[in-house]
Amino acid sequence: MRIQVLGTGCQKCKQLTANAEQAVAELALGATVEKVEDLREIMKFRVMATPALVVDGQVRSAGKVLSPSEVKKVLAG
Amino acid sequence: MSRPTIESGTPPAPCCGDAWSGVTPGAPPASRLPGTLALLALALAAWAAAYAAILPLSEWITFRLLGLSPGSRLGQSVAFFLYDAPKVLLLLTLVVFLVGIVRSFFTPERTRALLAGRRESVGNVLAAALGIVTPFCSCSAVPLFIGFVEVGIPLGVTLSFLISAPMVNEVALVLLFGLFGWKVAALYLATGLTIAILAGFVLGRLKLERFVEPWVHESMQAAGATYQAERLGFAGRVEKGTEAVRDVVGKVWPWVLLGIAVGAGIHGYVPEGLLAGVMGKAAWWSVPVAVLIGVPMYSNAAGIIPVVEALLGKGAALGTVLAFMMSVIALSLPEMIILRKVLRPPLIAAFAGVVAVGILLVGWLFNALL
Repeated sequence: MRIQVLGTGCQKCKQLTANAEQAVAELALGATVEKVEDLREIMKFRVMATPALVVDGQVRSAGKVLSPSEVKKVLAG
Repeated sequence: MSRPTIESGTPPAPCCGDAWSGVTPGAPPASRLPGTLALLALALAAWAAAYAAILPLSEWITFRLLGLSPGSRLGQSVAFFLYDAPKVLLLLTLVVFLVGIVRSFFTPERTRALLAGRRESVGNVLAAALGIVTPFCSCSAVPLFIGFVEVGIPLGVTLSFLISAPMVNEVALVLLFGLFGWKVAALYLATGLTIAILAGFVLGRLKLERFVEPWVHESMQAAGATYQAERLGFAGRVEKGTEAVRDVVGKVWPWVLLGIAVGAGIHGYVPEGLLAGVMGKAAWWSVPVAVLIGVPMYSNAAGIIPVVEALLGKGAALGTVLAFMMSVIALSLPEMIILRKVLRPPLIAAFAGVVAVGILLVGWLFNALL
């Protein structure tokens, strides 16, 4: 499972990364959370708001800091 | 949960936003609706009761419990604070909640769809209005800019949105209403919108498209499906509203209290007219100075209100103070640095210049009219 957080490094992006890492740890998935900070890379995902959560190349949430439990729901579903 | 499962690796079709509702937690909206409505009614009743109790309670605490005399300076300051602080916080909570619900209807993607294909002028007006109701954070300015430009929304219309989104701010609106009355709040709303519309229109006329960084256009050719936000039921929207309250009110309340404390201090102690000489109506140059100081500064709307309160209380002219506030929240160095990634310096300079001139004119206009 490939998990990426898109964001240019603002406070919200860091928070989402931390929450995603916590969710991954709690689910014991053993996946790493990758940060995508380069704007050109971010724009390849066609998002219009950051931070965004990408799972296996698909954008699952944009413009919102998901809580660890919300990230878990995304990862489970 | 009852939503259909999607096999991993299958990209969802762009039209089925509700079929992969992403993160909407809990039961389907239908079963949550009665509970949500009951809670909402209860909360509104509690709000109304609290609002009605503020005035008698603040007077009772000040003059009975603390035993301060109504004529004393301290008594006036304390009564002012105890009345205004809960009043503004309650108003702020209500408005932020309602704005949160309204914004759940306007995702950036939907706003873009509404603006796509509009001509300039109509587009500028619509973009400025949508700038108020679309959730926006300046750190998302670049993805939003590219998202707009790639569907062919004219540069000037896009800029109208980018000016209006930070400038017309619901927190500032509530604070101005609560502390200075509806006239000042309405002036702020109307002039903020006007500047966004006209500045975007002027920037569009200047034909600055060549100063957009070339990589923006390159990234457009790598087409693909755009992310579709989840679809929400009524309960989901109410949830968005409470989320906004937690987010916004949870963050700005210390600033609001500070602002009201400053106001309370002025109310009781500082003689009026202290600043009338340097920042009063007669000093025409005080408006450009206020804008020049305000443009590079960066603060959220709540943080700047204490300053506004202090300046107005000491006799600064309303136009000068409004110009200062607008230039602080609408234009900032951090946002320019973010936009530099997609806009080349001449365009950034034109953007800041046109908006600053607009704010300057508003400042002068108010000083002349009021």
